[in-house]
Amino acid sequence: MAKRSAPEVNAGSMADIAFLLLIFFLVTTTIETNQGVSAKLPERQPPNQEAPPIKEKNVFMVMVNEQDQLLVEEELMGIEDLREAAEDFLDNGGDGSCTYCQGVKDPASSDNPNKAVISLKNNRGTSYEMYVAVQNELQAAYNSLRERERKRLYPNEVEWREMWAQYNAAKTSDARKEALEPKIKKLQELFPQKLSEADTQRD
Amino acid sequence: MSKFKKKKSGELPAVSTASLPDIVFMLLFFFMTVTVMKDSDLMVKNSVPKASEIQKLDKKDPVMYIYAGKPTPKYQKKGGTSDQVQINDKFVSPDEIPNLVLEYQSGLRQELQDRFITALKVDKETKMGIVTDIKEALRDANALKINYITTEGDPLEGLK
Repeated sequence: MAKRSAPEVNAGSMADIAFLLLIFFLVTTTIETNQGVSAKLPERQPPNQEAPPIKEKNVFMVMVNEQDQLLVEEELMGIEDLREAAEDFLDNGGDGSCTYCQGVKDPASSDNPNKAVISLKNNRGTSYEMYVAVQNELQAAYNSLRERERKRLYPNEVEWREMWAQYNAAKTSDARKEALEPKIKKLQELFPQKLSEADTQRD
Repeated sequence: MSKFKKKKSGELPAVSTASLPDIVFMLLFFFMTVTVMKDSDLMVKNSVPKASEIQKLDKKDPVMYIYAGKPTPKYQKKGGTSDQVQINDKFVSPDEIPNLVLEYQSGLRQELQDRFITALKVDKETKMGIVTDIKEALRDANALKINYITTEGDPLEGLK
């Protein structure tokens, strides 16, 4: 009998098998969206404790009604103007103690960024989409002011939002975090985020 | 006259498909690595809004998910048609949230407990009423760090 070489395995169906697996994974895949707008809820206060008095001019009132209309400082406003209005309010520096503020120093608006409080109130009928948009715009106002100071104080550093992301990421090295910490603290101190959703007492 | 005559000259050779499996396998591995199997079956509509000032949640952070929205048609028999809160495969009322959160939190390691974040995956058509209830419940449980899950984009797009 003639010597036969071993028959080759037909790999033609390999592609079919791989396709089958591929389609299975394609169908089951949901690329997770693990990102979003961060917020911090206020702590529950003991019931008999009175809120510290805040001057009316230091409160930036933002209200959203059930028709998703925005009332800012008792005036109707479109959401596209909210960021700028919030920045102007925070950056106002009415009492002159804020040396880095570039606002108009309007005595009827906030004294300094340390005292300026943004108070957000919503109705039970407000849509969630609108609420997130408002939160986003207010957050953006703080972020852009901090970014401005970052440019002034730490021009060689990465952008403020990037600094903050690196500081919060678990994969960032400890040395980098330690280097970032004082800078982040400083920028937060210049424009402390005072975004209140609890009832702000006015006097 | 030559001995080595080509047998079938002029005919085009077939395109080799031998590398097709390699290409498909490459795609397969890509999808295998990015796939995250869903841990709980979504019973509510869940298309989250857009935002630009977003922060990524770290994979290592202890995150508890709370879903809210209108029940999907399949679950409307069980949940009705008004906004519902879903935690771990079942509808819960806002009063039950603090206990569930505390339960989850107590199962974490000590050093992770103060980094605990509650992620709210809320459908964009939901009304704030139920979201406010969730927030109040979280304040009761003293779980104050929250994150409104969004996709990246212009938040004003859908509102105009």
